[in-house]
Amino acid sequence: MERVAIIGVSQTKYTQNNPLTFAELVYQVTTEALEDAGITIQDIDNVVSVSSDFWDGRTISSMAISDASGAYGKDITTVEGDGTFGALYGLMRTLSGSFNTTLVVAHHKGTESNMKGITNTAFDPLVERRLGLDAISSAALQARRYMTKYGLKEEQFALVSVKNHGNAMRNPLALFPMEITVEDVMNSRKIADPLKLLDCSPVTDGAAAIILATEHVAKKLVPPKKCVWVKGVGHCSDAFRLGDRDLADTRALTAAAKRAYSLAGIQDPCRELDLAEVYDAFSYMEPLWLEGLGIAPEGMACEYLERGKFDFHGQLPVNPSGGRISTHPVQVAGLSELVECALQLRGEAGDRQVEGARTALAHGINGMCGQAHCVWILGK
Amino acid sequence: MSDWKKSITPMVFPGKIAVPYTWTVGSTLSKFYCELRDNGKIWANKCPACKTVFVPPKVKCIHCYRDPSIWVELPGTGTVESYTIVRYEEPMLHPRKAPFVYGLIKMDGADTCMVHIIDEIEPEKVKVGMRVEAVLSENREGNILDISHFRPVK
Ligand SMILES: [Zn+2]
Repeated sequence: MERVAIIGVSQTKYTQNNPLTFAELVYQVTTEALEDAGITIQDIDNVVSVSSDFWDGRTISSMAISDASGAYGKDITTVEGDGTFGALYGLMRTLSGSFNTTLVVAHHKGTESNMKGITNTAFDPLVERRLGLDAISSAALQARRYMTKYGLKEEQFALVSVKNHGNAMRNPLALFPMEITVEDVMNSRKIADPLKLLDCSPVTDGAAAIILATEHVAKKLVPPKKCVWVKGVGHCSDAFRLGDRDLADTRALTAAAKRAYSLAGIQDPCRELDLAEVYDAFSYMEPLWLEGLGIAPEGMACEYLERGKFDFHGQLPVNPSGGRISTHPVQVAGLSELVECALQLRGEAGDRQVEGARTALAHGINGMCGQAHCVWILGK
Repeated sequence: MSDWKKSITPMVFPGKIAVPYTWTVGSTLSKFYCELRDNGKIWANKCPACKTVFVPPKVKCIHCYRDPSIWVELPGTGTVESYTIVRYEEPMLHPRKAPFVYGLIKMDGADTCMVHIIDEIEPEKVKVGMRVEAVLSENREGNILDISHFRPVK
């Protein structure tokens, strides 16, 4: 199979109440990603956009930004979900033989609507929707289940919030860089026990774009130092209904990670990865997903966190960008992780640069409580 | 940024989308809701291959992709596997005023959990492992709120 490279990346500064329209955000990151690659829109064969009609408040939301993504006169298709899944579709299209280059562009303006109302509509209208569940209350059920299964404490989850808000201090694009303590997290307003305000990610506006190219075209279009290679990808989903799953069981993620590692030839992720961007929409998700990713044994990630293993200067820096807990532009989030990993591998991550990064992992989720997972391994 | 943009304050248009739907419930969940509404009973269905019992009932077994064709009546009791105390108000969504409790309840006689409200107990006193029972609504309309809530087994 031919190799595929990420040859250009861009992301906005992440804010709330961003005054740009969806199309303006998409124009911005598309233009910047092309400039980053040093190519023009004529070099792009097709476009995958990532957005959500409910969040945007319009149907076929992809069509409304097709001009902005430069898709006029080209093929454009859409993924309604996390950006890692949009990138996955972009990768498949690039490998299909039909297109040599693919622009993947995601936009999100969560602050224009009501997160609880929108995530409530993700639930089955025939069963759970009427109960009023949303992303926060369902995550709270998962957090408690995870605590119960392994005897974990809220203070341990708080460490994620402390670490990642702290990491965000090195990221000028992050929404909420903060120096905080475990006490600050524990004393923050209760939202849905065991989750407190600082355990929850903020709804954020922004956009991101990446350009994928097959190896033979990448080598013609851009200098070698711009190329970040896709080493492996895996994806898998679990049952839709919360009650049909054990919410502390990460089998779908484990399966996704296994496929990605096998493609990338990774045997011991904890040693072989140089950094990981993991989908921490809520504090407890980081250790739970690290266990699913095989980076910590089941029930042990919190102990590793306490020992500083995942700190910026630890054995494996996790969420050096500051993570979703400091900046959460929903559909954009996973694509932003891929942008972050690409910058790290190019050595262009500024103050948040992980020294000598050669292999990076990005992880995105779809659906409530991580129903589906997409794992990417990128390398130099 | 171009200079002319500095003199502009971008506007914001408020809006709201309200579109009616009539969602088909299907025969599997219709049977579940009819039994609940008319007879006050909670029914589950069981996969003949792997014996998994689903509540609410499912059209297909998630493990075997077979029809869970065997119907079983449940006693309506269960054990709290997880719970959360919701502290925020969302009157458009929530059937209760905050604070109230959602529970993930492992139903006796079934292999799956039901998400529902736990009431008739102070929120802080809810515990994982607590035994609970379904309390039916007086006026049942054929939906999940025909179970008003779950309460601790006395
Ligand atoms: Zn079965």
